[in-house]
Amino acid sequence: MGYSGFKVIKEGLFGQKGWKPVWRDPEPKSEYDVIIIGGGGHGLSTAYYLAKEHGITNVAVLEKGYLGGGNVGRNTTIVRANYMLPGNSEFYSHSLKLWEGMEQDLNYNTMMSQRGIMMLCHSDGQRDLFARRGNAMINQGDDAELLDVEGVRREAPFLDFNNTRFPIYGGLMHRRGGTARHDAVAWGYARGADQRGVDLIQNCEVTGIDIAGGKVTGVQTTRGAIRAKKVAIVTAGRSGQVAAMAGLRLPIESHVLQAFVSEGLKPILPGVISFGMGHFYISQSDKGGLVFGGDLDFYSSYAARGNLPMKEHVMEAAMTLMPMIGKARVLRSWGGIMDMTPDGSPIIDKTDTEGLFIDCGWCYGGFKAVPGSGFSFAHLMATGNHHEPAAQFRLDRFRTGRGLMDEEGTGSQHNLH
Amino acid sequence: MRITCPHCGERDRREFTYQGDALALNRPAVDAGTAAWDDYLHNRDNPAGDTRDLWYHDPCGTWIAVDRNTVTHAITGSTPVAKVTS
Amino acid sequence: MRIAGKGRIDRNKPVNFTFDGVSYQGFAGDTLASALLANGVTLMGRSFKYHRPRGVLTAGSEEPNALVTVADDPNLRATTVEIYNGLDARSQNAWPSLKRDVMAVNDLISPFLGAGFYYKTFMWPKAFWEAVYEPIIRRAAGLGALTGKHNADDYEKAFAFCDVLVIGAGPAGLMAALTAAQAGADVILADENPMTGGRLLSEDETVGGQPGATWAAEVTAQLAAMKNVRIMTRTTVTGAYDQGTFGALERVSLHSPARAGTPRECFWRIVAKHSILCAGALERPIAFPNNDRPGIMLASAVRSYLHRYGVAPGKSVTVFGNNDDAHRTARDLEAAGVNVAAVIDTRTGVTYDGNAPSFSGGRIVATTGRHALDSITVEHAGGSRVIRTDCLAMSGGWNPSVHLTCHMNGRPKWSEKIASFVPVADAVPGMLTAGGCNGNFSTSACLAEGAAVTANLLGAAPASTPDADDTPYEITPFWMVEGKGRKWLDFQNDVHVKDIKLAAQENFRSVEHMKRYTTQGMATDQGKSSNVAALAILADATGRGIPETGTTTFRPPYVPVSIAAMGAGGQGHGFAPERLTTSHAASVARGAPMIEAGLWYRPSYFPRPDEATWLDSCNREVEMVRHAVGICDVSTLGKIDVQGPDAAAFLDFVYANTFSTLKVGKVRYGLMLREDGHVMDDGTTARLAETHFVMTTTTAAAGNVMKNLEFVRQALRPDLDVQIVSVTEQWAQFAVAGPRSRDLLNTLLDAPVDDDALPYMGCAPMQIGDVAGRIFRISFSGEHAYEVAVPARYGASLFNLLNAQAEAMGGGAYGMEALNVLRIEKGFITHAEIHGRTTAFDIGMDRMISRKKDCVGQAAAARPGLMEETREQLVGLMAVEPAQELTGGAHLFNDGDAPVRTNDQGYVTSVCWSPGLASHIGLGFLKNGRARHGEVITQVDHVRGVTTRCKVCDPVMFDPEGGRLRG
Repeated sequence: MGYSGFKVIKEGLFGQKGWKPVWRDPEPKSEYDVIIIGGGGHGLSTAYYLAKEHGITNVAVLEKGYLGGGNVGRNTTIVRANYMLPGNSEFYSHSLKLWEGMEQDLNYNTMMSQRGIMMLCHSDGQRDLFARRGNAMINQGDDAELLDVEGVRREAPFLDFNNTRFPIYGGLMHRRGGTARHDAVAWGYARGADQRGVDLIQNCEVTGIDIAGGKVTGVQTTRGAIRAKKVAIVTAGRSGQVAAMAGLRLPIESHVLQAFVSEGLKPILPGVISFGMGHFYISQSDKGGLVFGGDLDFYSSYAARGNLPMKEHVMEAAMTLMPMIGKARVLRSWGGIMDMTPDGSPIIDKTDTEGLFIDCGWCYGGFKAVPGSGFSFAHLMATGNHHEPAAQFRLDRFRTGRGLMDEEGTGSQHNLH
Repeated sequence: MRITCPHCGERDRREFTYQGDALALNRPAVDAGTAAWDDYLHNRDNPAGDTRDLWYHDPCGTWIAVDRNTVTHAITGSTPVAKVTS
Repeated sequence: MRIAGKGRIDRNKPVNFTFDGVSYQGFAGDTLASALLANGVTLMGRSFKYHRPRGVLTAGSEEPNALVTVADDPNLRATTVEIYNGLDARSQNAWPSLKRDVMAVNDLISPFLGAGFYYKTFMWPKAFWEAVYEPIIRRAAGLGALTGKHNADDYEKAFAFCDVLVIGAGPAGLMAALTAAQAGADVILADENPMTGGRLLSEDETVGGQPGATWAAEVTAQLAAMKNVRIMTRTTVTGAYDQGTFGALERVSLHSPARAGTPRECFWRIVAKHSILCAGALERPIAFPNNDRPGIMLASAVRSYLHRYGVAPGKSVTVFGNNDDAHRTARDLEAAGVNVAAVIDTRTGVTYDGNAPSFSGGRIVATTGRHALDSITVEHAGGSRVIRTDCLAMSGGWNPSVHLTCHMNGRPKWSEKIASFVPVADAVPGMLTAGGCNGNFSTSACLAEGAAVTANLLGAAPASTPDADDTPYEITPFWMVEGKGRKWLDFQNDVHVKDIKLAAQENFRSVEHMKRYTTQGMATDQGKSSNVAALAILADATGRGIPETGTTTFRPPYVPVSIAAMGAGGQGHGFAPERLTTSHAASVARGAPMIEAGLWYRPSYFPRPDEATWLDSCNREVEMVRHAVGICDVSTLGKIDVQGPDAAAFLDFVYANTFSTLKVGKVRYGLMLREDGHVMDDGTTARLAETHFVMTTTTAAAGNVMKNLEFVRQALRPDLDVQIVSVTEQWAQFAVAGPRSRDLLNTLLDAPVDDDALPYMGCAPMQIGDVAGRIFRISFSGEHAYEVAVPARYGASLFNLLNAQAEAMGGGAYGMEALNVLRIEKGFITHAEIHGRTTAFDIGMDRMISRKKDCVGQAAAARPGLMEETREQLVGLMAVEPAQELTGGAHLFNDGDAPVRTNDQGYVTSVCWSPGLASHIGLGFLKNGRARHGEVITQVDHVRGVTTRCKVCDPVMFDPEGGRLRG
């Protein structure tokens, strides 16, 4: 069923009775061409692009809870392509282009809002690093502007420029970056996949991966065994547990990252502001809530909740950067399970088991990758070849040391933050 | 979150720095080979449940192996790494 | 209006305040809501989406409707704002006025704006979402407004510790606190109200034969007199965290005008061995058509206004409920002389025993009144009837306040008995629950349970429990009246029953999908009064039971917490510590701009009167060092003292190169790797004695290096007998650099030095008068140079002494800018080059990694990918046209190539104008760069608009033979 303004008006006149289920609730079949483990953003977009780009529709997405219930539904909704290193650069650039056409492609308003992302710098050295990043972005064909202090002031006059621990030297502006409505992205891809025949199966937990003779043959689930020629693991923070079912040990530690939303406020923030020195970033949602976050809590965790020290650190950063925020009240805070790789960059690759593929390691940056990851992963599974923009996301890079993508320069080994 | 330093007693989490899985204590020989070093540096069991990980108590400089649950955050033990035998 | 003789307000203390510019009078003890109701004001806010006119629903912090702005403080609940003289409150989300709100037009088109409508439209034409639709939506969004001005008020944070934290000071909490206190435990009793007593303040009940509020006051006085008890009123426990840590927000002075020196709020971190949740319960509304008109409120709120504030919220009140509290409300009103128009009970066969007409099995099917309730229509067994009424008290039953028990991933369980959720035991380690929050609603049960759980916990005797009301709670679940018109659930977000049903119809059947699709429970009250009913309706619409449907996740904070409180101390310079060198004051006195270097401050340059720009000063300082002598405080470098029989072996393990071969009295450059094979840090280490070294680290990495050395010492090499300690703070250290550096030092040193006594890379003890210190002949400038170290207490005077001598010799102090130029000219690296991604191979130091021993990072550094020729390697860059600048962060391209990613050859890390070479120069990383010296390439800096051709050269551009260094 197509969505449109006309349809909304018609249904308004007739009591909304005509809206159909946005996806079916099919029973799992006994066999599929492709099984995708994980009904989050990346799993759903992979299913969508398998169907749309490659005509592979005999696909099941198996989700242990509800669709979009993982990190795609608990992030800070930021979309950007402001990476510095080759490998990341081309991937996020491609993903951003998919974002820019997403609403029309999905016939679903995911509320992509290119309000700009401004990263602030606080020393000459940081400014040079931002220049390097901005130049990399432009080399890739994306947009970047290096702002001086006055440029920052024009964008965000409410920042504290005069009495703050880390004075603002300038910023790197990425105007095509912005935010989107996170749940809508999951729902839009789910609906699009469902419409193309993909079976979205909720409340179906995978309990085993069947392998025979070095080839994957299917999965065991809480709703019975399902055979499949190809199986994709797209389970973010839970990748370790699912991969272990196939005898794989991954270069991943799961960590908690907290996020926060304030009570609704009249519009005050222009776009996304990122204060790297204080590990703080913030934007304002269409509903008026200030959506913000900070750094990892820094301990491995599956609790999807964090503790006070990082919460307070985030609020302290907010107060030193923009003291006007003081009387905004935090309404809710939550945590997501981040699949942290040693170098902070993701993995989209085959495994040593034929027919078993993995897409993981998105660390704390998975949301903006949702379209690109699904597109590239679908390409890999359908064609057997790495999609060019994601060709560097290899599982073996840590072993060989080739193509490490350590954007933060903190190390390509766990917990060298 | 509160962690017990074997020297200083129970302290707030903000006095500690985390360093990941305690397998870091079992450093391979320099010539142990690529696979051993890959497992040491990169690959992780990443358990959802009981784990032992390393924390540094910044004020006193003690490295501690903490027995902890990654799902409940319950802490059941802490040992100076110097006394860890495994 | 006020009811004579009722309420716990102080009628001797009138309080004048304004609401939307109109002056009113209330009394001390009033909330803004109670005072407005006393003045006959019922319209207090507008809803979020449809701008429906709304009055108060509740009398507590769970209020969804009556949100106001006080001064610059938005979204305050009128039900918790305590009035004071001069309070100026304004309504929100209405323009031009609360009564005439233009945006109320949304309500007229609401049939088109059902749940999730925006996901289905605004997509055509493509550009219109951001150009037209979204700006309109954004402008309409939000409730109150921030001013955009820097916060000017004080906020605080604090820690507290106790044996037993009692959360909530109602009957259960008071008994729990009393029992714990009598057992000798350290007790904190926290309650969000300005006074203790909980519901006892809002009910007409006796406890132990006296009015409930009086009993509460007496117990509170008893507790307050005990040394082991701290009573924290106006303090909401907002979150439960690991190992017995709780967040709590104290509203220290929000009940008075802001004044300097007094915090508005204080955010507490309370660490408790045990906690007892006595948070009570919250009443829930019933969904019936147009159940949101001002004047329609919860029955418990009506009783609160009556008993606690002495206010009748209406002249003629109707009561509607599915449990006995409806009857209690009617009785209390009639006893106070307020007319009760009708008592409507959804249960059949239950009649009200007072004066008002009673409708059993009744349903309210319609209401009228725009800004205030005018009438209701009741359907009952006997037919249908319109009743004129200006206030409706409704009760759909009570929901235990289980929130805190769910903050650590616990889920409450459904209780058929009370038709609501109750806590699960041990959901928060160390937390017990008692009273209303546990589903035990009678006062008698609350008192008994509060005492009993505490006594049981501590193995002590329960405080003696007074007699109190023990009427059992009788409820027949009733969620919704069918009928025409919207039946509101989430009042603030304007979610009504049909929205929930639409979500189910569209297969958003999971409770999380329903919430996210409809925004049910996402408003500032987080669904405190609406979530359970919405769940029940979703369960019904999807043909499931409520337990099977489940709840959404309870998340902290329980009530919203201001960022200023939780971030107290961060504003201004408080965000991070400030570390100052011993020469800081002297540098500031010389006019040096002090810049951040990690947590330290260092002088950028030392301006002289004839210098117009920083570059003038910098160039002069560079020339000074190259031709005379310069002084630079290098105390910020990390200094680590390493001692013990195995100190040398230890250094061999932590450094890539060898230190065991270093002779006593010598210094060596050390390269330190991370275990992942990349460069972590570099610095010099001096061997002061056979078993005694002092290591220096970079300023930025000092803490990390120390932590890693401790890891090696304690975890990896416990076999080594070595002790390490950071002495960064203990020593002040100054570089004395330049051809006249030795001359300068020899004017000060008790024992002058020469090349024999102190050759290049030598170190020795030194004495300046009474002060013993150390001298190192090392250089970061390429000049003949020394570093002298003295105990930090002599730092300031030594800096002044060195400076005075230098100035007398045509030199002086130099800052970071000159230091940077000097080191770039010499190709010395800093964290601009060893930025975490570079390997020893990249900086041309791979041969320093000794293969004769194991060291941190050696194995990983041998990975093929870390030493491939194609990697970007450190090079020097000199502008082909000397006057053309190089820029940090520019990318490198082969001459003539388009500046795009696929042609990228590297990047520039450090640049400067080199006075010595009379050219712009830089350092950078270039693919296969060491093999490309002499090649001309182009640096392109898109973001600065600079394109410069430059020649690739060895990183050591100035004095490559090093003659000046050794000379």
